[in-house]
Amino acid sequence: MTIVDSLRIAGTALRANLLRSILTTLGIIIGVGSVIVMVAVGSGARSEVDRQIASLGSNMLVVFPGSSRTLGRSGGAGTTLPISEGDMGAVRDKVPGVVAISGFLQGSSPAVRGNTNWITSVNGVHEQYLTVRDWKLIAGREFTRDDVKSGARLALLGVTVVQKLFPNEPNIDPTGQVIRIKNVPFTVAGVLESKGQNSFGRDQDDVIMLPITAARGRIIGKSQVMNDQVGQIFVKFEDDTSLAEAQEQIESVLRQRRRVQPGAEDDFNVRNLAEFMRARTSALSTMSWLLGATSAISLLVGGIGIMNIMLVSVTERTREIGLRMAVGGRRRDILLQFLVEAVALCLLGGVIGIALGVATASIVAISAQWPILISPQAIMMALAAAAFTGIFFGFFPARRAAHLNPIDALRSE
Amino acid sequence: MNEFLLAEAHHESGPTSAARRPLIKATGVSKIYRMGDQTVKALDNISFEVPERQFVAIMGPSGSGKSTMMNLIGALDVPSTGVLELDGRDVAMLSTDELADLRNRTIGFVFQQFNLLARTTALRQVMLPLLYATPKPTNPEAMARRRLEQVGLADRLDHHPRQLSGGQQQRVAIARALVNNPKLLLADEPTGALDSRTSEEIMALFCELNEAGITVVVVTHEPDVAAYARRRVLFRDGHIVDDVAQPGYRGEKPS
Repeated sequence: MTIVDSLRIAGTALRANLLRSILTTLGIIIGVGSVIVMVAVGSGARSEVDRQIASLGSNMLVVFPGSSRTLGRSGGAGTTLPISEGDMGAVRDKVPGVVAISGFLQGSSPAVRGNTNWITSVNGVHEQYLTVRDWKLIAGREFTRDDVKSGARLALLGVTVVQKLFPNEPNIDPTGQVIRIKNVPFTVAGVLESKGQNSFGRDQDDVIMLPITAARGRIIGKSQVMNDQVGQIFVKFEDDTSLAEAQEQIESVLRQRRRVQPGAEDDFNVRNLAEFMRARTSALSTMSWLLGATSAISLLVGGIGIMNIMLVSVTERTREIGLRMAVGGRRRDILLQFLVEAVALCLLGGVIGIALGVATASIVAISAQWPILISPQAIMMALAAAAFTGIFFGFFPARRAAHLNPIDALRSE
Repeated sequence: MNEFLLAEAHHESGPTSAARRPLIKATGVSKIYRMGDQTVKALDNISFEVPERQFVAIMGPSGSGKSTMMNLIGALDVPSTGVLELDGRDVAMLSTDELADLRNRTIGFVFQQFNLLARTTALRQVMLPLLYATPKPTNPEAMARRRLEQVGLADRLDHHPRQLSGGQQQRVAIARALVNNPKLLLADEPTGALDSRTSEEIMALFCELNEAGITVVVVTHEPDVAAYARRRVLFRDGHIVDDVAQPGYRGEKPS
């Protein structure tokens, strides 16, 4: 007897009890469906996180000014001594492996062009900022060292800002146009490539970059204690640099420079933002595991359901089994027939489960704005899991059928 | 139809000729069942032979051992002691797979309750034994079609059992028994579920098939049915108590 024959018999048997067959496979349907949803949502989220990490800039550390602590209560970032140009220079000169480095002074201000204005995030940066962030321009040019040294009144605009300030001029290249920030005219030097939303949902293209020297004081409030503060420092390292070692070296250079007493807490923080974001996704992977456990349990329960219904089927069809044996069916023919039937039942559930899983994942993607990724591997894996369930739980009933005594089987009612 | 059946016959002498090889040969066969502490001797030291092309009726009341004998002849069971040879092979020496093969090639079963599969066309019913045949026949459908024509059901190929009368269902079962060209047609109360007129038709068909060269063994407790056979073997309490030749109905009684 061939597999094709077995499949034909299985098809007839399953059609004979169509409703029962479908109800039996519910467990498999749910199990396979949740595998599909889990993998689609999980891998979609992972690829989204990877994209965001890439948009931060690769192999990068950020130095934040520290927070003061009073009786253990944190006063928030920037409540201690700001980071200065000198600190930044020390990091650049003394920490090995630095490829590019830039300050990042954050502020917010309305930008005006003609009678259009738009409140946006206005940041002061050094000439290497775009290199650090792996950020490209779609028009114009970057700041030069001289621009930064001389405090040139130049601006790089994010695409959102371009849209807001030049609302009736789509596809305009604003390079060379003049905008005003806090009544200071700035010439547009270039337009930043779109980066989309960051992991907190903020539009990273709603931004204006100025040379840090032009921004400091005039645009972004002057520090009371320091006139060359740089806000945060973004440092990009060579690809083979260990960020953990680099972090330690930055800490030791800055502690020395900022005269932090041995034993005292740092008055600054060095962070690996990519690590930070990966850690945030661990909650997500916990969810994935929970869903994975659900699908495993579903498949288990579904498999027991399959075994149950196959045992019922063997009992119902004892006479048929007896007849098949009488006309020459061997034990392995009978075994194969019932095994194929169980696997077919599971694969039926698998296919329905995949359809429902893909549909559910798509609904999640649309309604929750969640990125999903449906891979052929996940579908193959789900089908394999279904088939394995069929083989595992179908074997015992099939074996029971194959070992029936033909005389008793023929005589059964 | 008779001509067609004769075309199927082995090219030998008629069914009465002597010196034929026994298809069934039982030598001192016993079958003992154990039920708890008790042992029941269903068959006690039975010896008998059925040559090829014979038409035998095995009779006896219930509990006589005739059903046990049928299971042995049908290669569904093996004797506890003694030697049973089917077509020259000692069944005790065969594995379960070899027994299945023997049933597939050598024996065609006909049951009282027909034992047809529900929701299956007559054609597929008849093809069933060919599913398990090795080597696989090249055109099983043609073989099945031919057998259904032979039993007079050429126009019922696509009918399900529910759409057929009892007599037609039994004819499908007979076609199924014949499809793999067995040497032995083994029928267990083949008319038990049929009215007397249909019974006569079925028994006449057995006579025709026997004349065409196939060995027929009918197990029955009805004397009317047994009367069709050329030989009658009577079982009682696990022994053969009577074994007689008889004329058979074929030729005397029009069917």
